[in-house]
Amino acid sequence: MATTSSMFMYSLTLKAPTAIHQAIVGQFAGTKEQQILTASGSRLTLKQPDHIRDTITDIISHDCFGIIRSLASFRLAGSTKDLILVGSDSGRIALLEYIPAEQRFNRIHLETYGKSGVRRVIPGQYLATDPKGRACMVASVEKNKLVYILNRDSQAKVTISSPLEAHKNHALLFALVGLDVGYENPIFAALEVDYGDSDQDPSGEAYENIKKQLVYYELDLGLNHVVRKWADEVDRTAHLLFQVPGGADGPSGVLVCGEENITYRHSNQEAFRVPIPRRQGATEDPNRKRSIVAGTMHKMRGAFFFLLQTGDGDLFKLTIDMGEDAQGNATADVIRLKIKYFDTVPVATSLCILKRGFLFVAAESGSHTFYQFLKLGDDDEEAEFTSDDYEPDWRATYSPVRFHPRPLENLHLTETIESMSPLMGLKSVNLTGDDAPQLYSICGTGARSSFKTLRHGLEVTEIVESALPRVPTKVWTTKLMKASEYDNFIVLSFVHETLILSIGETVEEATDTGFLTSAPTIAVQQMGEDAMIQVHPKGIRHIESTGRWNDWPAPQHRSIVAAASNSTQVAIALSSGEIAYFEMDGEGALNQYDDMRQMTGTVTSLSLGPIPLGRQRSSFLAVGCDDSTVRILSLEPDTCLENKSIQALTSPPNSLSIMPMIDSSSGGSTLYLHIGLYSGVYIRTVLDEVTGELSDTRTRFLGPKPVKLTRVEVQGQTAVLALSTRPWLGYSDDMTKMFTLTPLDYPMLEFGWSFHSEQCPHGMVGIQDEHLRLFQIPKLSSSLLEESIPLQYTPRQFVRHPTLPLFYTIESDNNTLPPDQTSRLLADPSIVNGDAKVLPAKDFGYPRGTGHWASCVSVVDPINEKRVLSCLDLEDNEAAVSMAFVLFSSQDDAVHLVVGTGQNMIMSPRSSTCGWLHVYDIVDEGQSLKLIHKTKVDAPPQALLAFQGRLLAGIGQSLVMYDMGMRQLLRKSQCLNAVPNLLVGLETQGSRIICSDVQESVTFVVYKFADNRLIPFVDDSIARWTSATAMMDYETVAGGDKFGNLWLLRCPAKISEGADEQGSGAHLVHEKGYLQGTPNRLDLMIHIFTSDIPTSIQKTSLVAGGADTLLWGGLQGTIGILVPFVSREDVDFFQNLEGELRKEDAPLAGRDHLSYRSYYVPVKGVIDGDLCERYLVLPRGVKEQIAGGLDRSVREVERKIGDMRTRVAF
Amino acid sequence: MADKLRAQQQLEQLQARYIGTGHADTSKFEWTSNIARDSYSSYVGHPPMLQYMAVGLGEPREAVRASMIEKMIQPVGKPPEVTD
Repeated sequence: MATTSSMFMYSLTLKAPTAIHQAIVGQFAGTKEQQILTASGSRLTLKQPDHIRDTITDIISHDCFGIIRSLASFRLAGSTKDLILVGSDSGRIALLEYIPAEQRFNRIHLETYGKSGVRRVIPGQYLATDPKGRACMVASVEKNKLVYILNRDSQAKVTISSPLEAHKNHALLFALVGLDVGYENPIFAALEVDYGDSDQDPSGEAYENIKKQLVYYELDLGLNHVVRKWADEVDRTAHLLFQVPGGADGPSGVLVCGEENITYRHSNQEAFRVPIPRRQGATEDPNRKRSIVAGTMHKMRGAFFFLLQTGDGDLFKLTIDMGEDAQGNATADVIRLKIKYFDTVPVATSLCILKRGFLFVAAESGSHTFYQFLKLGDDDEEAEFTSDDYEPDWRATYSPVRFHPRPLENLHLTETIESMSPLMGLKSVNLTGDDAPQLYSICGTGARSSFKTLRHGLEVTEIVESALPRVPTKVWTTKLMKASEYDNFIVLSFVHETLILSIGETVEEATDTGFLTSAPTIAVQQMGEDAMIQVHPKGIRHIESTGRWNDWPAPQHRSIVAAASNSTQVAIALSSGEIAYFEMDGEGALNQYDDMRQMTGTVTSLSLGPIPLGRQRSSFLAVGCDDSTVRILSLEPDTCLENKSIQALTSPPNSLSIMPMIDSSSGGSTLYLHIGLYSGVYIRTVLDEVTGELSDTRTRFLGPKPVKLTRVEVQGQTAVLALSTRPWLGYSDDMTKMFTLTPLDYPMLEFGWSFHSEQCPHGMVGIQDEHLRLFQIPKLSSSLLEESIPLQYTPRQFVRHPTLPLFYTIESDNNTLPPDQTSRLLADPSIVNGDAKVLPAKDFGYPRGTGHWASCVSVVDPINEKRVLSCLDLEDNEAAVSMAFVLFSSQDDAVHLVVGTGQNMIMSPRSSTCGWLHVYDIVDEGQSLKLIHKTKVDAPPQALLAFQGRLLAGIGQSLVMYDMGMRQLLRKSQCLNAVPNLLVGLETQGSRIICSDVQESVTFVVYKFADNRLIPFVDDSIARWTSATAMMDYETVAGGDKFGNLWLLRCPAKISEGADEQGSGAHLVHEKGYLQGTPNRLDLMIHIFTSDIPTSIQKTSLVAGGADTLLWGGLQGTIGILVPFVSREDVDFFQNLEGELRKEDAPLAGRDHLSYRSYYVPVKGVIDGDLCERYLVLPRGVKEQIAGGLDRSVREVERKIGDMRTRVAF
Repeated sequence: MADKLRAQQQLEQLQARYIGTGHADTSKFEWTSNIARDSYSSYVGHPPMLQYMAVGLGEPREAVRASMIEKMIQPVGKPPEVTD
């Protein structure tokens, strides 16, 4: 059981997966606006296209804690809202609706039909609905099909029937759609193969004659059962079906898509077939056949068309011509199919057409794209191919047709939605010298691959940056009248003077404003209706609208050191530690409160909150003193300047700010006191609006400089700008309403203030040395800044130069022509058939060639030049598979890059001619590579590692050690069969080497220098298909596998010590193996199922002053961390919280959370942070109930959850 | 005897409902076919795994999905000749 584990980790997703498995479009909010619902990993995300700005934004993202396999939308007759059906691994069908008012999904029905898990015969893989919303079919890959009837009861609630079975043994299902039959009995069309006979026939004849059938399953609504109504043979290669509109809109039936053909089929119609055109071009293989990979049908005003995409990304528009009767009215008879080239977009998993004329392409790799239709390709010169010229029988021969791809003509790209999928590698390194490291990653496939840099921060757009004559110390903006919307003046305070700038058409110096300019300023405030005050060291100047002013002089021998103000109140602190308080009366006169309050130490800062709505004054004054305390004083008339509460701090406060902010715990607005300390720590506490008590203190280290705080407005919410070594913004998160602190992507500022003008309603003004900067923050939705550098081919691995801020990547693409062949083809006059126009590979892909590899080694500079510095193509059909930097001791520790390649590799089943080890010299300060020599090896070396001044290579099952030679690498030592199948990863510490096997987990190997032997001594008891590993400490290794698990394995202490003993080599070699493995076994420490395949793991610290975490990146674009727990109490708390959440907020798709996280191996020693963070978005009542069950307050629970994240990450 | 009969019936019921439930005379061909078919359907059913293979093979996801189901028809080759 998990509770007995001695180690606990908190698993948290920092960036949700961005790979979209399926996307559907519908009116989920019940309004006319269409939304797009996407399934990525276990998350359902609802996206709202914005037609005015041509963008697309996420409304809600919900983690279902289950594998979402299929989505379908349907609408009951007479309703205006689309409902959502989810097919998952829960063995249940979930019927969901989106509730716009509460911004959440509501589960209407959850019907169990089978076992949980992704199984061959448990439905959930395919989901089809009747277009009229009367029934749905959910099916498995083999045999099982269930039909549910959907209806409404008298209260207009959706009802779901018990399932009707339509099972058929030995039937494999390729595709399933609901047929559009109008209001006749619902029919589902399935593409099936029956393998029953071929399993019994040893001659193989039955297998040769296997037929693929299109089968209609009819749901008889009267008799309440399902019959197999019609079946006919279709193309053997068919794999996709598309619904053709029926009823009044069209002929009904389906399009059957196979290899190089699309056939229209229906039970009462003739068959019609059109070929899929091939690309024409010098580099195209003229015999390559294309298949449809994605498509969509769109209906509009009585007409309809299909957009179908091939594996090259080419979109084809397919239309159906209908017959006409004698009167010229359309009949339901199909006459022909027409197909023509439309445009080329990235290869999609789903295409969604929106009624407003947009196309959403959920790309298979790289960023998703959003296009606007300019036209529908109706009257262009593109050649059209009709079914008239082709026999409907799929066996009939035909001559292929061709088209010329061209840049976009019918579509216009309006937005790209960044996606890191597939994420092939992730590293956290600090190359820029900032306080926190950056994340570097390689992602994408083919020509759409990229090198991405991620930094934690908010995007900032700078409006103006202007130089000033001297270095100012502070800056404010102020308006003249209470009623005016925009600021009139910018006030700059220098060491000995003040400068006033007026804001108008231009910003220029203002004179005669009444301000005292010969002294520095401490505070500026618009007060009353139309007056202003200026606080300076020698007093307060009250400037009336007439231009006259009164001065209140500071008492003799004392000066003002701090001030705080709002529109009716002013408080100042004198150098003697006294506090004077003023209030403005109805006539606009400033009255001083009789007594001055003497504080114990020197006052460093003051803050007054804004006046709450309907009140005359803010009732609290926060006073920070140099004895490291903050006191809250009352400002109510009868208890004026009396102590309310006190908070002791670790360092004197530098800046204070009282402000109301949106709060997730109470659901409304709460008064906060923000404290910035001299030590660089930022503190946020809740200030009770009645008693003035301070509670719920949260601290965060921002940087080694005193923190200055300012209240600003961003995107319509009050936020706090905290300035230390970097500017930070504190705001409440869009989705969770959690208080979030994020650095700005901006230089360090000395002082900042809010700025409102007509051009920039919610801007900020800041000073940096002698520069005045005006800027604003365009969005708060994403706190990760991404920069992308395009790469040539699918990146496979990357390493950092040992000293320089450069990365080296290896890239390779399978079945792709290398550049030398491409250029030879382009240059060959005999092959060129008409045009040698080269289209950009980024949009059109590389020319394909079966069995060919295109591969290169690139040098990437992500910091200065932000581009690929040089690229070295590999020749002779070699493809790079591994790389490492090695400092060979025999070469005086000179830096060499070793790249392992495979020649003529075939991926499945795995084979190759041989492997090579290329050794490169790094020249031109790392900018380019020079081949020194290459060494032939038996198989592609899948793993390379620098080890004690030599090179370790994993070649097949063996671990081989090489040293540098003159002509080639020299083998120094080897361990045959170090792992059982294929060595794919190497890690080292000391003389210990961790070898990971493609299939059989990890093996620890020790290198005995004295004997020059590599000896495996401990391995694992479970087969883990290792995809990534990293050493956590000398005994422990963390890894991920291809099934989506993360685990931590530890070598027992005694065995670990024994392996390192001097002279234990002979003993280790002769120790008896245990169960065909090494003599010892590893212990499992933690285990969790993440659903995404980890491709990289690293032990790193992500924030300044944060503890070490285990960072992992997943194939689908997930970035997550595992954080070790420090105390047992925390573990108990989170275990209880998990338990409560599993009960109160059961996963949406019906999967049991605990069994989901225990998909392959029972979850061990891991708390699911994603589940815990669900707490933040629950309704208030449920939050209280859960908090009650845990004997805590809601605020405490939220604080604990928030701290787990902010302690180590963002 | 009745117990034995019931156990037999229950087994038959399981075999009818869940393909791949073994019996005393399960042949190597049946067993390996079942394992392979289960594996292929699992590859198709787990979106990350399908993507992983598609990236590895350099093919579109839909093509890999179709080929996996195609392989389920005869995953381990022809059935053996029936002797006796």
